[in-house]
Amino acid sequence: MATSTIGERATTIDVRRKRFSETYIGEWITTTDHKQLGLMYLITGFFFFVVGGMEALLIRTQLALPNGKVLDPDTYNQIFTMHGTTMIFLFVIPVLSGFGNYIVPLMIGARDMAYPRMNAFGFWLLLFGGIFMQSSFLFGQAPNGGWFMYAPLSELAAGHAFQATPHMNADFWLLGTTLLGISSITGSLNFVVTVFKLRAPGMSINRMPLFTWMILVMSFLLLFALPSLTVASVLLLLDRHMGAHFYQYGSGGDPLLWQHLFWSFGHPEVYILILPAFGIVSEILPVFSRKPIFGYTFIAWSGVAIGFLSFTVWAHHMFAVGLPSIAQAFFATSTTLIAIPTAVKIFNWLATIWGGKIRFNAPMLFALGFIAMFLIGGLNGAALAVVPFDYQITDSYFVVAHIHYVLFGGTALAVFAGIYYWFPKFTGKLMDDRLAKWHFWVTFIGLNLTFFPMHLMGILGMPRRVYTYPANLGWNDLNAMASVGAFIIGVGVILFMINIIKSLKAGQAAGDDPWDAYTLEWDTTSPPKKYNFLEIPVVRSRRPFYDKKYPDIADWKNVIKH
Amino acid sequence: MRMPVFRRKKHWLAALTGVLLSSILLAACGENSPSILNVAGPVAESESSLFWLILYLALAIFILVEGVLIYSIFKYRERPGTPNPYQNHGNMLLELVWTVIPTVVLFVILFFTIRGLLQVAPEAEPAASASQPKIEVTAVGHQWYWEFYYPKYNVTTADTLEVPVGTTVHVKLFSNNVIHSFWVPSLTGKTDVVPGHDNTKWFVAQKTGLFTGICAEYCGTQHANMRFNVNVVDNSSFMTWISGQQQAAAAPTDALAQKGEALFKNQCASCHGIVGVNVTQFYNTAQECTDLPGGKANGTPQCLIGPNLTHFGSRSLIAGGVLDNNTKDNNCDPNNPNLMQSCNLAKWLKDPQAVKPGNDMAIGALSNAEIQQLIAYLEGLK
Repeated sequence: MATSTIGERATTIDVRRKRFSETYIGEWITTTDHKQLGLMYLITGFFFFVVGGMEALLIRTQLALPNGKVLDPDTYNQIFTMHGTTMIFLFVIPVLSGFGNYIVPLMIGARDMAYPRMNAFGFWLLLFGGIFMQSSFLFGQAPNGGWFMYAPLSELAAGHAFQATPHMNADFWLLGTTLLGISSITGSLNFVVTVFKLRAPGMSINRMPLFTWMILVMSFLLLFALPSLTVASVLLLLDRHMGAHFYQYGSGGDPLLWQHLFWSFGHPEVYILILPAFGIVSEILPVFSRKPIFGYTFIAWSGVAIGFLSFTVWAHHMFAVGLPSIAQAFFATSTTLIAIPTAVKIFNWLATIWGGKIRFNAPMLFALGFIAMFLIGGLNGAALAVVPFDYQITDSYFVVAHIHYVLFGGTALAVFAGIYYWFPKFTGKLMDDRLAKWHFWVTFIGLNLTFFPMHLMGILGMPRRVYTYPANLGWNDLNAMASVGAFIIGVGVILFMINIIKSLKAGQAAGDDPWDAYTLEWDTTSPPKKYNFLEIPVVRSRRPFYDKKYPDIADWKNVIKH
Repeated sequence: MRMPVFRRKKHWLAALTGVLLSSILLAACGENSPSILNVAGPVAESESSLFWLILYLALAIFILVEGVLIYSIFKYRERPGTPNPYQNHGNMLLELVWTVIPTVVLFVILFFTIRGLLQVAPEAEPAASASQPKIEVTAVGHQWYWEFYYPKYNVTTADTLEVPVGTTVHVKLFSNNVIHSFWVPSLTGKTDVVPGHDNTKWFVAQKTGLFTGICAEYCGTQHANMRFNVNVVDNSSFMTWISGQQQAAAAPTDALAQKGEALFKNQCASCHGIVGVNVTQFYNTAQECTDLPGGKANGTPQCLIGPNLTHFGSRSLIAGGVLDNNTKDNNCDPNNPNLMQSCNLAKWLKDPQAVKPGNDMAIGALSNAEIQQLIAYLEGLK
């Protein structure tokens, strides 16, 4: 009797249809595996990068010539708002979370994130939040208040104004960022718990790879900064739909409340967007220089210092709003302070490649390009902190140059570096290095041609966020140059996409460790199995995989405390 | 690994630096641009002098860091037979050095920052004296044009701010709608015009001439077309201008302009005021039209939404700075056969939404003859 029951069960299993979660598509949709979710974050982020990039090309097409007629002013205002919003909320944050999701558990020797289901929840919220925001174009009512959505322009009606934001435009933005905020909160909580609780034996906090450090700092920044944005958005929604007056001075509110709330999120946000990029670069430079990172402790703790200081500098976005001089002096000082740890990082990176044995594969090229370009973003950022000079160049194209040297010359180059670096781990295949170098040089030329002239436009008095400009103010050549550059960047992106497709189809087999790297994600198969590691590795230094491969000269044998 | 393409980096950097330096020179002498380096007064002078300090320091750091980077790239590239490098984990002394040096540099900059801040702050505004007189102006940001009110003389104008040379101009900034920002690159950096905040700023113009002003805070659909001129004139011309502006509009004498006036009363008077025609005096928008209790609503005589046109013919810009008021060379002479093509005001009156899409000017379709009458009337309002 008993045996026959077992036999019957076996047959039932043989013939039953596959569950949805076992089909190819179903597996992706229902997955809670950090690697699959990481890839989905990366693909989603890249999709929105293309969307935001096309918005950028529309902007540059409109501005290529004076008195441009490609877009009408309302459409232009929607496009530039969505360009900024898309790139920041839907490209950079998802892509960095994607790297974090895929790499961090591997780097620290864990089998998954701490909360796999919450991880999946965060991803789907991001995807649908992003689609929700972009769907506003279908109604012709995309957000049009600029990516910082200043009140009272974003109110339904503002005092004696005839034209605030009477339609849904701002609602899409406010609800969308709130959704994305929830997604980021779940992701950050997950990172914090994963990093604190799931590290492999021996991996003390001061042995964690720097990328993990930076993801940890980023997660804390998100946790503490996002509530401010959510509060600001909810208050504005109350103003818009429930008759509240938080931002309307006529009824005792204050438009500056929005700016304070927004930037107390917005400035940490800027570091949220750059710290993981620092982390990626800090992983790549040592591997391709055949040296350990120089000044590990200083790089890690300068990241933490930046994290704390980033909460004290928000009003440097508001020097022109008429704050008291003493407040402006305070924020000028805190901004000066935050430049110091950033400089320390750059010097440590230089010292890392100094005296090394440098291999110029694509990841290294992009990482070096990152240093070269981020430096410019740091220097013009320091110029913006010089308050009296800031009165002249804030809200001009100089600021546009600054943000793009930081976020494109900085973060985007680091993202590409990361993709070229970890693609072999994701897929088991190498990317085409030659095509990747073309991608680098085209991008490098394109980005300088686009963004460098913007400094000069700002100095020549061109304000940002204008849908057109007259021909007689001396801005024509610079704008034409920037527009040509933007399309060159576009060519670079196409080269990148060709490379991805080509390498997926017919890339060379990469093996588990193509770069002779140092960290644990390379100490497993490419791509890793569901369980990541057959055996959880034991860590004895900051370069566990290096120790394993070169036991004679292992780091842990040389007791160096830096 | 050989990388011939890498060799070219040097050339690119040389080319880039060339572009950088030559364009800064171009910028400095760009005649037509509202460049922040074409300074015409002490406030802009303080602000822009810091530019050169920052530029030199930044260039020095740029050359140093990029130099080390490029040197390392060439010097330490992997060559056949390169031994594995020394595994150097760090150096405490070096860390201290490169923490302290940027700190010192940054604090030097901070010193100049705060000094400059105090030079241009509202508290630093010079007191009125015989050698340095002072006038007061209220700049009102509308969507999308600037209105200027001179409280002492009770005069309102738009699009062109008239100021005497060598005089401290105390500017009160007022908006009852969204946030704007007042910026005249040659004279002074930006201060935002925030509803509910009585921001003020000051500047002194030391050269006569016309300087471009710009709204620098995104304020809606036509943010791009919210420019104004600052016309700096000598003292006696200013006083002449003021006394002219204080007058009510002169009644038109020729028949064409009289028809124009009738048309104005019929078509334009619900949004635009002309003293002596549909309003009795100039009003102080910043006092009359606040959102606070007691503030008058849009459309009352105190708060008409369009610019006051009493002395329209004397202005250098129209339509919120989109168009020059090109009255020279008989362009806007009503008898000019090419009036519709040559006169900017004609283009504006024919189709304001084509010139400045989304603006609030809602005017019924006018025939060419009517436009001719309006031009005769408005351009006659000197």
